[in-house]
Amino acid sequence: MSAAGHLPGSEPATDVPAAVPAAQGRRRGLAGYLLLLPGGAWLALFFVVPTLTLVATSLYDPAGSLQLGYQMTWHWQNYLESISDYSPQLVRSLLYALSATVACMLLGYPLAYAIAFKAGRFKNLMLVAVIAPFFTSFLVRTLSWQYILGDNEAVVSVLRTLHVLGPDGHLLATPFAVVTGITYNFLPFMVLPLYASLEKIDGRLVEAAADLYSSPFTAFRTVTLPLSMPGLVAGTLLTFIPAAGDYINAELLGNPTTRMVGNEIQDLFAAGDYPTASSLSVTLMAAIVVLVFVYVRRAGTEELV
Amino acid sequence: MSAVTSRTAAARRAPARPGPAARVGRWLADHLLLGLGLLVLLYMCVPVFVVVLMSFNDPASRNSYSFDGFTLANWTDICGPYQLCDSLVTSLQIGLLATLVATLLGTLMAFAMVRHRFRGRGTANVVIFLPMATPEVVMGSSLLALFVNAGFSGVLGFWTIFVAHVMFCLSFVVVTVKARLTGLDPRLEQAAMDLYANEWQTFWRVSFPLVFPGILGAALLSFSLSFDDFIITNLNAGQTVTFPMFVWGAAQRGIPPQINVIGTIMFLLALLAVGFGELASRRRQGR
Repeated sequence: MSAAGHLPGSEPATDVPAAVPAAQGRRRGLAGYLLLLPGGAWLALFFVVPTLTLVATSLYDPAGSLQLGYQMTWHWQNYLESISDYSPQLVRSLLYALSATVACMLLGYPLAYAIAFKAGRFKNLMLVAVIAPFFTSFLVRTLSWQYILGDNEAVVSVLRTLHVLGPDGHLLATPFAVVTGITYNFLPFMVLPLYASLEKIDGRLVEAAADLYSSPFTAFRTVTLPLSMPGLVAGTLLTFIPAAGDYINAELLGNPTTRMVGNEIQDLFAAGDYPTASSLSVTLMAAIVVLVFVYVRRAGTEELV
Repeated sequence: MSAVTSRTAAARRAPARPGPAARVGRWLADHLLLGLGLLVLLYMCVPVFVVVLMSFNDPASRNSYSFDGFTLANWTDICGPYQLCDSLVTSLQIGLLATLVATLLGTLMAFAMVRHRFRGRGTANVVIFLPMATPEVVMGSSLLALFVNAGFSGVLGFWTIFVAHVMFCLSFVVVTVKARLTGLDPRLEQAAMDLYANEWQTFWRVSFPLVFPGILGAALLSFSLSFDDFIITNLNAGQTVTFPMFVWGAAQRGIPPQINVIGTIMFLLALLAVGFGELASRRRQGR
């Protein structure tokens, strides 16, 4: 007999005996569907249906236009054309996203580790400092990199003095600037999941490794790092996926030769070439899905969401 | 550190006193990592300092983005640049409305996912997860393809942006509220019902107050996602201009320093909110 089942006025009775663990206390009945309905309908109508529409649009006859209307002709040619026309941008997007993800990993791991294990009572303060830049508009922050990397500012002049850059070397409007911007923008998405999984690690495991004569490095490599893998995988995906579709950094910090696939999709839509734009968009999504799938298989983590 | 502390530390880790290499490694791990972390943190915060600095900039020319002189004029004349405040109002309206709807629908979904049994749970999970794993440009173009195919290309604007924002905020709301709700013992609700509370009373007196911090967090997240979104908005905006779109346009023409004032104000407001939140949670714990 359920705990609440015999009470008046509690119609969706729990069928779970009190002895069953708390997490299983789920009720059957219509209420679940009703709660799910509005949000689910919104997602179905404005996420699932649009995605299908995008795939359909990518197969329209490109001869049509917004004014005359499009015809569904299963025009697979669109894909061949958009891949052959925009493969440099596609490859560049994936390459920039990959570089930025690796940079986020290299920068984000020490930071997450320091917050989780070394920050002491400043832990919360450091976490706030990670999230705080989020509060200022994404575009305004990205624009501020135009200033930081500008030709007349400190960073460039120091690098010129050190001969890292030539006397007329630039940072702004280079691939480096674009990757720096992407890294900056998506770093919190790497740090936060990493921190969450590092924080859960039982410190006694690391101590045990030390007791068994492992050096700090070996302890890190064999205990801490494997235990933080779920966070690392989640962080990688949260960084790589939006980075591959981003075009704000390429536009604001790059030059015409650093254009990413997002720039092209946006411009094709603006120009009204819906079939090509859609096929390029689907291609980007497919490339990401394949890469993510391979990565998750290799990283071997099931705990993703 | 002094020899005494290192000796006691070594004694605690008996039997073997760690070799010099291990001690150097330990010291490095202790201090180098913290320093490295702080450097990365600096990298993350420098742009905010620049935004604050630039809000006091007196630019020599329209295209200059270097600090040319100090002025308070930007702060006293925020609405100076054409369309800036209009776009800000549009963004605030869309942000508030989308947050309200997304938080409401998402909270209901989270309750369904955690507290109810139904067929198709797996499908629901995937549909909730996917928008977070889709690049914005793909989501934006999908929606545009839908609107155009449905013959709405003429009415792109406030409401299409609103629809898009609710869509991509929903998943984040569900995930945030779900996390809070999962940590909540359902026996608290069962106890309320044992004490003759009906569903409605149980929800408002027990579940809702306990889940509220999660809902509040989700709402704040939604608002900042909506307020900040450019890529999806830009594809579906028609003639409407939101604040990020204004900044985008300004970036092509010459950036008015006032956008940095807005950036600074947003940052300060958010810090205030975090401060109040911290204070409130401390007071609750103190009681």
